[in-house]
Amino acid sequence: MIRIEPRESPSRRLTIGIPVASALLALLLAAIPLSFAGANIGEAYQQMAKGIFGSLFAFTEMLTRATPLIFTGLAATLAFRAKLWNIGAEGQLYLGAMAAVAVGTGWLDGPPILLIPVILVAGALAGALGMAGPAYLKTRFGADEVVTTLLLNFIILIFIQMMLEGPLKDPMGMGWPQSSPVVDNALLPQILPRMRLHYGLVIALVAAVVAHIMLSKSVWGLKLRAVGENASAALHAGIGVKRTLMSAALISGALAGLAGVSEVAGLRGYLTTDLSPGYGYTGIVVAMLAGLSPLGVVIAALFIASVFVGADSMSRAIGVSSYLADLVVSMALICVLIGGFIARFTIKINPVNKQQSTPDTGAR
Amino acid sequence: MNNDTVLSLNQLSKQFGTVIANESVSIDLKRGEILSLLGENGAGKTTLMNMLFGHYMPDSGSIDVADASGQLTPLTLGHPQAALNVGIGMVHQHFTLAENLSAIDNILLGSESLFAWRRSMHQAREKINTIMQRTGLSAPLDTIVGQLSVGERQRVEILKALYRDARILVLDEPTAVLTPQEADTLFANIEIMAKDGLSVIFISHKLREVLAFSHRIAVLRHGKKVGEIATKDADEKIISRLMVGADTPPTARETMDTGATVLQLIDLSVTGHSARTSLEHINLSVCANEIVGIAGVSGNGQSTLAKVLSGLITPTAGQVKIDGEKVRLFTPANILKAGVGRIPEDRHQDGVIGAMSVAENLAIENLDSDEIQTNGFLRHQQLKQNAQHLSQKYDIRGPGIEAPARLLSGGNIQKLILARVFEASPRLILANQPTRGLDMGAASEVGKRLMQARKRGAGVLLISEDLDELLALADRIVIMHDGDLHMAPSHDRGQIGLIMAGQTS
Repeated sequence: MIRIEPRESPSRRLTIGIPVASALLALLLAAIPLSFAGANIGEAYQQMAKGIFGSLFAFTEMLTRATPLIFTGLAATLAFRAKLWNIGAEGQLYLGAMAAVAVGTGWLDGPPILLIPVILVAGALAGALGMAGPAYLKTRFGADEVVTTLLLNFIILIFIQMMLEGPLKDPMGMGWPQSSPVVDNALLPQILPRMRLHYGLVIALVAAVVAHIMLSKSVWGLKLRAVGENASAALHAGIGVKRTLMSAALISGALAGLAGVSEVAGLRGYLTTDLSPGYGYTGIVVAMLAGLSPLGVVIAALFIASVFVGADSMSRAIGVSSYLADLVVSMALICVLIGGFIARFTIKINPVNKQQSTPDTGAR
Repeated sequence: MNNDTVLSLNQLSKQFGTVIANESVSIDLKRGEILSLLGENGAGKTTLMNMLFGHYMPDSGSIDVADASGQLTPLTLGHPQAALNVGIGMVHQHFTLAENLSAIDNILLGSESLFAWRRSMHQAREKINTIMQRTGLSAPLDTIVGQLSVGERQRVEILKALYRDARILVLDEPTAVLTPQEADTLFANIEIMAKDGLSVIFISHKLREVLAFSHRIAVLRHGKKVGEIATKDADEKIISRLMVGADTPPTARETMDTGATVLQLIDLSVTGHSARTSLEHINLSVCANEIVGIAGVSGNGQSTLAKVLSGLITPTAGQVKIDGEKVRLFTPANILKAGVGRIPEDRHQDGVIGAMSVAENLAIENLDSDEIQTNGFLRHQQLKQNAQHLSQKYDIRGPGIEAPARLLSGGNIQKLILARVFEASPRLILANQPTRGLDMGAASEVGKRLMQARKRGAGVLLISEDLDELLALADRIVIMHDGDLHMAPSHDRGQIGLIMAGQTS
């Protein structure tokens, strides 16, 4: 007989070990579809590793890919810690990107020291604004934020399309639905010459550290955790539950908005509707993999970016579909969720004692 | 073994991590017998019953239950369905009802086939009505359980067990929510049923009712059975000594002149969703150096009054004055600032944040003070020192101040809340069911602290269903019934009980 019993308190070793084990397990499980695709498993993994660590360029490409994931992972982490299920990071990312091109494509002029902070702030504000609506509806009317934020993603994307066909359309863009390029002075500079890696990564890392400090050391962080863990007791203790939820929502939206700014001003240089291959949604996976810890988000984002970049390079080298990356990421999420269950419960297998079991009483 | 025995627990042991919840406990139950299971909180009563009912798997030991012919047969362990099939019914301390279903649906839940084409409600209703008549347990069958009072919910739970032809009924602290009269009726009915052949195990803290109604008493302490005694040979002293290992001294009280009025309710009204959550023109004052007790059956407006005084709801009419100042904004933060300390009714839900540390929970009502934070950042060192100090002062025992509060036992969680409330030196203390579910040691600690606060000059509003507690602690008792307050003419148990039941002259 198999019994499942809750653990008293998940140990620290388990809380860190399980995400790591899940990630590795997901990578191993990838061998199954790979073998179905007829690939040489050893070579596939080798190509994957080469795609990440094979050269400085490969490595910086991985870091470039991790940058937006850190932002969106942090966005999900802060919201989820308050039990506010922000599924709308994708839309908030696009709002941030749109704000960046709205102010950064010539409307405003100045030195980088002025322009860069301006587009960062504009993008953060736009992202926060995108989350303000769902958060207001939740705190005021109890509307389920999962539904509102998720649906808002599609509305925002269509809105962006409209803007790119209209006011934000690049007059020099040969009719393509894309924005004008961000002016040079507003671009996030590259970190290394001839590499695409940009200072968005540094901003993301700073954001992660700040988020960690705020969450664990500040009164605001304590309030946020209190609201997330037991809103009823938090309310009773005099904590402004709605205000705390609202602040968590705005900061979460702002972080997702920064992901958009970073992509537009650091990488692409202009806005199109294929700016993000689902970074907002992947951010949720990153956050869960990180166990909702801001510093863990950095590591989880690096892992998932590695899987994406590695799978890309593998698919180029041996001709299997790059969708394998999505598969590995999904499996990592499933492994983490199962792993989380294992961390919280023990599974005990009791041998059935014949004397104790009477026939035909247990089942109906 | 005599074949009167319907249930026999043999050497049951259960361990959670390093905590031994039960250690080879053996208990026999005879047909038609009422057995009390006594013990302090954490003595292992509930664990034992959960093993009987199949919620927990014992580490070792076995359970035998008499079948229809009276032959003892081993029970399949770890399967609630097996326990139900042999006629074991359990009424948990925390009810297991679906709040969005009607009472009758809850009673039928699980006993109907999932694939039945139509429900034979008529038959079921008749059976339930018969049970209700026979036992005197009544509940509005078609009302949604979410709208029932705690007492009514309990009756639905008992009916549910009886509907399934329970031959052995386990009641986990059944009278915590009843008036003395209701409790008396319940036990009278149980006695009738026992004569009819029902065997009852009831878990209780209240020595008075244990002595009055049971046939035999088994006492658990630290997971072991420390005594078993026929009720006719027992008295309060013997039992309480068995339970705690020593006599508990009664709470000492000294007479005291009352000071200035600290709480004044003037024509306070709250229009709730039902009569149960409404208050009608309540007038009450509490002075410094005074404990005012509010007696009454739960669901007569006490929780609404508590919510107003906790700042969770705003009254529709009337005034609340604290220390002579009219409260204008009803928020928990504002009420705290006005000098009200609150001990919530549901300490797990409203009192602590289980996932957060003991230290953080101790500080949570005081987050804006300079002691806790500088420029918005927590002073961890101060927080720790403070928690260390309070853990010692209030004897909060557990895995440590950094451990999550949910690992504490119920009594220690209450001590944590006491520490938080009393350290703020409140002018008024609202204690809502402060000893519910606590063992005698922890309960007397609560009483002692309330008396200390009274001596210090605070006013205390004590809401309780435990009349003994009110009689011991309160200077004045008012009785709440149907959202209204009635003065108790004296500290007389019978008269108070009558008013609680709504029989005012």
